[in-house]
Amino acid sequence: MTDTTTPPLSAEPDAGPRSDSPGDSQAAGSSPHRPAGRLSRRLGTGATQGFLGVWALLAAVPLLWALVSAFKTNNELFASPWKLPATWHFDNFVRAWTKADIGEYFVNTVIVVVGALVLTMLLGSMAAYVLARFRFPGNRVIYYAFVAGMTFPVFLALVPLFFVVKNLNLLSSYPGLILVYTAYALPFTVFFLTGFFRTLPTSVAEAAVIDGCSQEGVFFRIMLPMAKPGLVSVAIFNFLGMWNQYLLPLVLNSDQHKYLLSQGLAALAVQQGYANDWSALFAGLVIAALPVVALYLALAKKVQTGLSVGLLK
Amino acid sequence: MGHGKYRIITLFLAAPLTLYGVFVLSPFAQAFYISLTSWTGFTAAQPFVGLANYRKLASDPGFWTALEHNALLLVAVPLVTIALGLFFASTLNVGASAGTVKGVRGAGPYQKLFFLPHILPAVITAVLWQFLYNPQLGPINSALDAVGLGSLKATWLGDPAVALWSLAAIMVWTGVGFYVVLFSAAMQSIPKDIYEAADLDGSSRAQAMWRITLPLLRETVQVAWIYLGIAALDAFALFEVLLPDGGPDNSTNVVAQYLYQAAFQNGEFGYASAIGVVLCLLTLLMAAATFGLSRRETIEF
Repeated sequence: MTDTTTPPLSAEPDAGPRSDSPGDSQAAGSSPHRPAGRLSRRLGTGATQGFLGVWALLAAVPLLWALVSAFKTNNELFASPWKLPATWHFDNFVRAWTKADIGEYFVNTVIVVVGALVLTMLLGSMAAYVLARFRFPGNRVIYYAFVAGMTFPVFLALVPLFFVVKNLNLLSSYPGLILVYTAYALPFTVFFLTGFFRTLPTSVAEAAVIDGCSQEGVFFRIMLPMAKPGLVSVAIFNFLGMWNQYLLPLVLNSDQHKYLLSQGLAALAVQQGYANDWSALFAGLVIAALPVVALYLALAKKVQTGLSVGLLK
Repeated sequence: MGHGKYRIITLFLAAPLTLYGVFVLSPFAQAFYISLTSWTGFTAAQPFVGLANYRKLASDPGFWTALEHNALLLVAVPLVTIALGLFFASTLNVGASAGTVKGVRGAGPYQKLFFLPHILPAVITAVLWQFLYNPQLGPINSALDAVGLGSLKATWLGDPAVALWSLAAIMVWTGVGFYVVLFSAAMQSIPKDIYEAADLDGSSRAQAMWRITLPLLRETVQVAWIYLGIAALDAFALFEVLLPDGGPDNSTNVVAQYLYQAAFQNGEFGYASAIGVVLCLLTLLMAAATFGLSRRETIEF
């Protein structure tokens, strides 16, 4: 694919991903045929590059602006929104973490998201494995019951869910949030992993059973490791969804000391108007965004695939 | 694989099914019943009122206003997001020259950057844009002043004629990058020789886009429309954080917010459940309509 000497007119049977290496673009620019169209194409390319550049700015500038603002003083923030800070105030982050309680919210969020993610992946892969691998009466009914959960908006369940959690005495508690997050992540996790387990070969598992390995052993020691690529995609999808969740904690978690980051930031955005410490709020935004942005920068392709699998819904 | 088959089936399904039944299936089922009651949540009894909640809903101007806002979002957000997504994806993948079907330089970094707003938590996006849109001190208006376009300044979130579109713009801003990635993947699976043949026949890049790329991307665009449509119907976090009271003159209240207000501010749990049922039906209807309207034979390639 990256062979730049390939004549542009030869039909390449390979329909794989296109390379974006500069060599390719140069080959494209120097097409030997139809010279009359070349100038207009060059101009067209310039225009499209322009549009791409504009959108790149639109995507990047607000984020950079928030990042830089997190290091400013309040006065700088409002007096000159486009200037760099005179001195970079790292103390904004300390104030956000301690005085604005972002530290507390961060820890709460980590507890709930990690707990829910581990539970979702464990229960989801167990259910998916059984549904994918064993024939038994009710298999289809259970599978479609899970799939149905993906079709309905969570708003339909909101009122009864509040009372279910209330009656179990789980309002404003970590276990309550963890169980609810898990329950709502299960439909897609089960749906996706059932499909994934079906694609895995059965021979290794069957051999292990013949050698006397228990069914649990087969699942944990053979099938789960084989399913790793699928597990990673779903885990990324679930992690981002859980970290970004706002509606469920808003309804189920009213104790201010148990606030998650999304709740805490929304509350801060209102309160800082009175406290007048906006730079700490921006530092809080940066802290809250850090885990998802770091994950994305480290594993951009995996995150993109992980989020795209959500479209299978 | 007969050994202990039923034991493992029970063992592996018991916990997930219990959790799912208690927190998802049972609330969904209860919602339909509660929507037929005038329950306020404080009594054990749920007085049955039949379809009264739905009749009230039909003549409730607050609900219709919210629904109208969702309808506007439902048209505008997918349309603009998909158009921009297709445009950028095609310039990144089949852009430089129709004949050689190579992308422009730096396609990878562009995609990576465009995607970034999509992964931010909605609350962070909301708080960030609250500042960007600030009418006196915000960077948008001060930038417009600085480049001599002061006449374009607006009270982005305070003007009833503008506020809903300011929110829709944020939805587009977060969405485009995701669909660029999605459409790019779909475009890369189109065999190149189709474009090469079209180029030989003298078709322009625009023609190649309309006659080749779009028809072959029909299914992907359909899925994108449904996904964006659901996002438009279920819009909540962005709206609730930026304009919790429904915006200036109630100009940005959406159905999900109206449901939340009915349930958790007014304690009208029966009424709120009825709104939930309607919202659910609308979502299913939208998905079915998208499939139905654009049903055509799939092109195999």
